[in-house]
Amino acid sequence: MDPIKKKIQSNSRETRQDLFGKIVTYTCIALIVLVVLSIFVFVASKGMATFFVNKANFWDFLSGKNWNPTMLDSKGSPMLGALPMITGSFGVTILAVLFATPFAIGTALYMTEIASGKGERILQSVIELLVGIPSVVYGFIGLSVIVPFVRNYIGGSGYGILSGSFVLFVMVLPTVTSMTVDSLRAVPRFYKEASLALGATKWQTIYKVILRSSTSGILTAIIFGMARAFGEALAVQMVIGNAAIMPTSLLSSASTLTSVLTMGIGNTVMGTVANNALWSLALILLLMSLFFNIVVRLIGRKGRM
Amino acid sequence: MKTKLQNKIALNIIRIIAALVVLILLFLLGDILISGVPHISWHFLTSASQSFESGGGIGVQLFNSIYLLLLTLIISFPISLGAGIFLSEYAPKNLFTSIVRMAIEVLSSLPSVVVGLFGFLLFVVQFQMGFSILSGAIALTFFNLPLLTRNIEESLRAVPDLQREAGMSLGLSKWRTVMRVILPEALPGIVTGVVLGAGRVFGEAAALIYTAGQSATNIDFGNWNPFNAASPLNLMRPAETLAVHIWKINSEGVMPDASAVSAGASAVLIIVVLLFNIFARIIGNSLYRKLTATK
Repeated sequence: MDPIKKKIQSNSRETRQDLFGKIVTYTCIALIVLVVLSIFVFVASKGMATFFVNKANFWDFLSGKNWNPTMLDSKGSPMLGALPMITGSFGVTILAVLFATPFAIGTALYMTEIASGKGERILQSVIELLVGIPSVVYGFIGLSVIVPFVRNYIGGSGYGILSGSFVLFVMVLPTVTSMTVDSLRAVPRFYKEASLALGATKWQTIYKVILRSSTSGILTAIIFGMARAFGEALAVQMVIGNAAIMPTSLLSSASTLTSVLTMGIGNTVMGTVANNALWSLALILLLMSLFFNIVVRLIGRKGRM
Repeated sequence: MKTKLQNKIALNIIRIIAALVVLILLFLLGDILISGVPHISWHFLTSASQSFESGGGIGVQLFNSIYLLLLTLIISFPISLGAGIFLSEYAPKNLFTSIVRMAIEVLSSLPSVVVGLFGFLLFVVQFQMGFSILSGAIALTFFNLPLLTRNIEESLRAVPDLQREAGMSLGLSKWRTVMRVILPEALPGIVTGVVLGAGRVFGEAAALIYTAGQSATNIDFGNWNPFNAASPLNLMRPAETLAVHIWKINSEGVMPDASAVSAGASAVLIIVVLLFNIFARIIGNSLYRKLTATK
């Protein structure tokens, strides 16, 4: 074959380069998707084993109040009541977000609407630093400041849902604040100008215009805060007291899904009922984070319309 | 008059809230720094930790944290670079791309305990790698991938399309345009993101407890052969990091000066995160200046 014909008919150098690029990037992205899929498959198959291999009743698992996987109950099935942990997890998450939301919105409003350029920059960098502080440090702060505070001024041993939600409040606050600031900044400037030009006061503008038009962004920030609080393990584990019993008050020792997981996985043998039951708790965590994700998506879709 | 009064009250409430938040946060941070910084000394930063007596340091843990961070970055950066380039340059608008985006979002919102447990199940147990630095680095990679990918994608997207068109019109392939034109321009943003992500990885503990382990074996800093079990570079030795150390000594309660050591270690963590934040900004700015030749 003559060289010119060959050159025209074969791929050019550029085409080969492009093919190479496509292969490289598709491989990377496929790897990430593979990781996500295998996390789901592995955790789900382990978590389901409690119900299919150990024959625990799914409904009893969700509503039972006794968590003692090594003991058998009157019917001969293991005592796997996860309600205390589920209550603990939802308790600390909801309380933490209830505390954090007004503070986060207030701080964000101050940063975007009231503060001068300098104050805004200082607050911004403080919040950025706080977002990056490791959760163990928050846990240690909880242990050395919040637990004694609760013990001395409120009552109880200091360990419990209240301390857990205080720690999570401090942890979630910077995240929710910085996301709220982003959504407040995204409000078009002329909305504010139009409202002020109509003679509205600053507060009326904030309340009737700015907060209304950034509602979906603020909701997203709150859900993100909830997801973070729900999945946080060590900081909560350090201050909640770790008693797998139904919490009777905000001041009594309790436990969350994550705290039981971190304490238990190392002390149980792979493949036993006790171990499988922990994986079922991990599955609940996984499904909840999926749920939070879907809620964020739904809010985003509604906000766009 | 009523609305004006309302306005005044409301704005003052907002000011009070902001001041309260700053006070609470500064109080907590100050508390840690004031009780922790006096413990930081050269001896504390370099000596080995003690289990049952006081006076231990955090030298091994500090080294482990840094080593683990470097390994994580070496594994996760190339993958997320490829994934970021895919999402910003190659991704077609179809079902596959939206599934990929969904997957990355889900991965980034997974609780780190779950990521750690998955690493434990797959690498420590299934592949029999044991509690090792390598298992820990892979678990941290899962945790770091979504953040890094999103950051790289955003930095690449911020490059104007004009640059892409210019590259194409010179007859460059798309791949070459990305590597030689787009990537250098996006570099400052990417570096800033990598350093900020590094701060998060440095302080992560929940994903490491069951992958890198909770024990700091004695390592011999004179032995740099990676295949020797006592070498600091050995990939298969268990490695407790600084963050895991803080958690462990507080939940075990056998170390007499646990609170002092954890205060010191927490202060070190906070200072390192602060340094990462400052570095991210400085490096990003100086790279930007260098690459764009602005003053």
